Amino acid sequence: MAEKKKIKAKAKTKPSSKAGGADEKGLTIRVCLGTGGLAAGSQEVIDTFRSELHARGLGADVEKKCVNKTGCRGFCAKDVLVDVIIDGNLSTYQFVNPEKVGRIVEDHIINGKPVEEWLVGPEYHTFHDKQTKILLKQCGQIDPEDINAYIEIGGYEGAKKAISLTEFEVIEEVKKSGLRGRGGAGFLTGLKWEFCSMSRSETKYIICNADEGDPGAFMDRSVIEGNPHSVIEGMIIGGYAIGAGIGYIYIRAEYPLAIERLKIAIAEATDKGFLGKNIFKSGFDFDIRIKEGAGAFICGEETALIASIEGKRGMPRSKPPFPVNKGLRGKPTVINNVETLANLPTIITKGAKWFSSIGSEQSKGTKVFALTGNIRNTGLIEVPMGISLKEIIYDIGGGMEKKNRELKAVQTGGPSGGCIPASHIDMPVDYESLMRIGSMMGSGGMVVMDNATCMVDMAKFFISFTQNESCGKCVPCRIGTKRMLEILTRITEGNGKEEDIDLLIELGTDIKLSSLCGLGQSAPNPILSTINFFREEYESHIKKGICPAGVCKALRQYVVDTTSCKMCGKCARVCPSGAIIWLPKQKAFIYKSKCIKCGACFDACPFKSIT
Amino acid sequence: MPEKKIKKVKIDGTEVVCERDETILEAAKKAGVEIPTLCHDDRLEPYGGCRLCIVQVKGVGRPLPACTTPVTNNMEVCTENEAITRIRKNLISLLLSNHPNDCMRCEKTGDCALQDLAYKYEVDSSRFKGEQWDLPIREDNPFITYEPNKCILCGRCVRICNEVVMAGTIDLVGRGFNSMPDTAFRKPRSLDNCEFCGQCVSTCPTGALTDRKGRGKGRSYDMTKVRTTCSYCGTGCNFDLNVKKGKVIKVTSAYDTPVNHGNLCIKGRYGYDFIHSADRIKTPLIRRGDSFYEATWDEAIDLIADKFTGLIKKYGNKSVGAFSSSRCTNEENFLIAKFARTVFKNNNVDNCARV
Repeated sequence: MAEKKKIKAKAKTKPSSKAGGADEKGLTIRVCLGTGGLAAGSQEVIDTFRSELHARGLGADVEKKCVNKTGCRGFCAKDVLVDVIIDGNLSTYQFVNPEKVGRIVEDHIINGKPVEEWLVGPEYHTFHDKQTKILLKQCGQIDPEDINAYIEIGGYEGAKKAISLTEFEVIEEVKKSGLRGRGGAGFLTGLKWEFCSMSRSETKYIICNADEGDPGAFMDRSVIEGNPHSVIEGMIIGGYAIGAGIGYIYIRAEYPLAIERLKIAIAEATDKGFLGKNIFKSGFDFDIRIKEGAGAFICGEETALIASIEGKRGMPRSKPPFPVNKGLRGKPTVINNVETLANLPTIITKGAKWFSSIGSEQSKGTKVFALTGNIRNTGLIEVPMGISLKEIIYDIGGGMEKKNRELKAVQTGGPSGGCIPASHIDMPVDYESLMRIGSMMGSGGMVVMDNATCMVDMAKFFISFTQNESCGKCVPCRIGTKRMLEILTRITEGNGKEEDIDLLIELGTDIKLSSLCGLGQSAPNPILSTINFFREEYESHIKKGICPAGVCKALRQYVVDTTSCKMCGKCARVCPSGAIIWLPKQKAFIYKSKCIKCGACFDACPFKSIT
Repeated sequence: MPEKKIKKVKIDGTEVVCERDETILEAAKKAGVEIPTLCHDDRLEPYGGCRLCIVQVKGVGRPLPACTTPVTNNMEVCTENEAITRIRKNLISLLLSNHPNDCMRCEKTGDCALQDLAYKYEVDSSRFKGEQWDLPIREDNPFITYEPNKCILCGRCVRICNEVVMAGTIDLVGRGFNSMPDTAFRKPRSLDNCEFCGQCVSTCPTGALTDRKGRGKGRSYDMTKVRTTCSYCGTGCNFDLNVKKGKVIKVTSAYDTPVNHGNLCIKGRYGYDFIHSADRIKTPLIRRGDSFYEATWDEAIDLIADKFTGLIKKYGNKSVGAFSSSRCTNEENFLIAKFARTVFKNNNVDNCARV
């Protein structure tokens, strides 16, 4: 309760800063304060900016008026990113730290000369140029803790417009837009709403699924941290369309900043009369409650999520009945992902036609991906559906992280997705194409792997994730994934058997066919798709005892290259198992039987003579 | 009242008519087709956990669980084909891969659903070798023995505890391969957290949960089941005394019992020690001076009749009454009331359950 009051107080007492606007002097400084930015030290940067400006006495309160915090703008690899706007001229600095702030203020703000060497390079622009930003457009620009900033850029107009239409018209508009669920399966949002609106019940619910759990994925977190009001507005539109009076945001507790910003946003929206009784004087009542998850990946599955809100163990149940008929507390319930909901305000204000003009034939609009792995420009990107993987990786992503490496595969859809080999790099990224190749859109994780990645090891990583996160309810997922993990482990340790590949295929197929929920039904995807495209790698592990990428420790064989060995003896000194024989002025020799393959000699050799 | 919709369903070629929202499993039962399952119990809500009941529905790509899928009109179901059999075999093999498979010394041999299915589908534990649970047997209470290693996580114990008994003693804890039913904070069962009704034992399809008092005293096939009515209260639950060589080894109850559908409480299931107790009074006792002597029933009834007749003669028929026990059955209570009205010719009838 006390916390609630504090948040309300915070929402009320804040001075209303303008969205991206400058003060009388035309100065605006924007510092990224998303989780990525904060981890890179943006709080210290923003504090230093404020104290520097204050110390230089640039007018009263200039440090409060002109220094704005924003959400994540996507290019996390270059954090902390700072925009300095003077009279409409924008300069962006990268890798800013508190030590650099003084010079930026002195040279740029006071003397009007930007510090050229700290400005972002052309990469920053190519990263952004190929993107089409709808959801993330405002994320790096407005203050997420200020509702006025959102209103100034047209916020809550979508909700206002939706409520002036009939429920039927709103659903029709969303159906026409072709918007599909961004949480993974890609079900048509408008159709889902229609089913729910047809279910007869006085009480209905709309739930925002913000339980983003895929390893390496942070799309939803960034949207909430950067623009929480867009999600709230989306929920108001959805709630109105299906006739729900209460909305829940199910968000993982590991996102404290997102939760705090949501709480502030809800308090602000309630104060403005956008939430609560009789919103926009339409007679429509709508409230939003936050439910924090307790760290279970499975709660991203909609029936498990419902069970969790009800206070039960997060465990999926069989469908039918579908949540649109029998959901939370037995009442018709629509569950939409954060990204889906955040798309809605724009769809309503700009119209279905505009939205459906973006994207491919069957997949409309844009999709946010968390681009990670062995790629140069890691971060958050928003691209139109149907864009090719090549454009994402080479234009936006800037190619491989290490120049001498080649692209090997791309993993989409997180632990439920599959691997797309480099040979298919021209394929368009949309729901159907990804499904056809044995992967899926998923929530938007995109891991890029170079040729130093072992596909067996990678598959092992994902199956160990799903195994750990299995709820244990159904047999194939609980024991089946465990056995698959064990088979992969023995392959990576050099104990694989020839029949293991076929066994993996059979077991994987059966787990997909017989598991209860999406987690189990997709858990074998990383394994099946890597066997499909990289079978020879599995065979090499099993038959030759060689890991082609050199990743699997147990399969490594360390030998001294006698031509380049300089007889320094460093390897013998670091070897923990006494497997290296070395005498002064003699070349080293590794005893295979004693070697524990720890790699210490490999790292220690200054001449790269151990291979 | 919504109109009853009749659905015609074909199960393995046999047509059945369904009038409610039956599941495929229920419809199959009507059609006389047996679908294997481990997590289903008629007393519980459908669960869909073991996945053994998957069947192929015409026109649907993936197999569907029979226990949770409602039938639709003109549905055509195939309950066993090559793919389904392969999946079932693999599922049973997976279960056996984390099971001690010590049927020779297991309490449940001969009455174990997992054993029956392994036999039917001709599978053993050899296909998927891997990590196995090695957890100690839990005998932390007088009634229920828990051998976690034999648990297949069908969830029946958890559901009966929460859906039927509503005691909430156990739930699934942990995640992934290591999830298992247990009490909160894995504390020992005690009267603080458990009713000891043994309902969990009654629904366990394997030897994971067993009645501690009957352990080592005989397998189900050694015992004769004698159906009787519980003598503890007027509800009149039916149960089977499992008798071996004239001794009651344990108490079980079947789903076809009309009053209780196989459900029992702690008294009915575990309160049978008195049957073979040395202290049990087996004949009427008549007081003579300060002590009792063992009498015959004729003697005892004659004595009661004489005393009552004397009292009625001396003080009138209103002076006597009948007070019976809530531990008597409904029928017994009816008889004592009738006795008061026809023999005493009064309405002085009461029962301790009223107090």
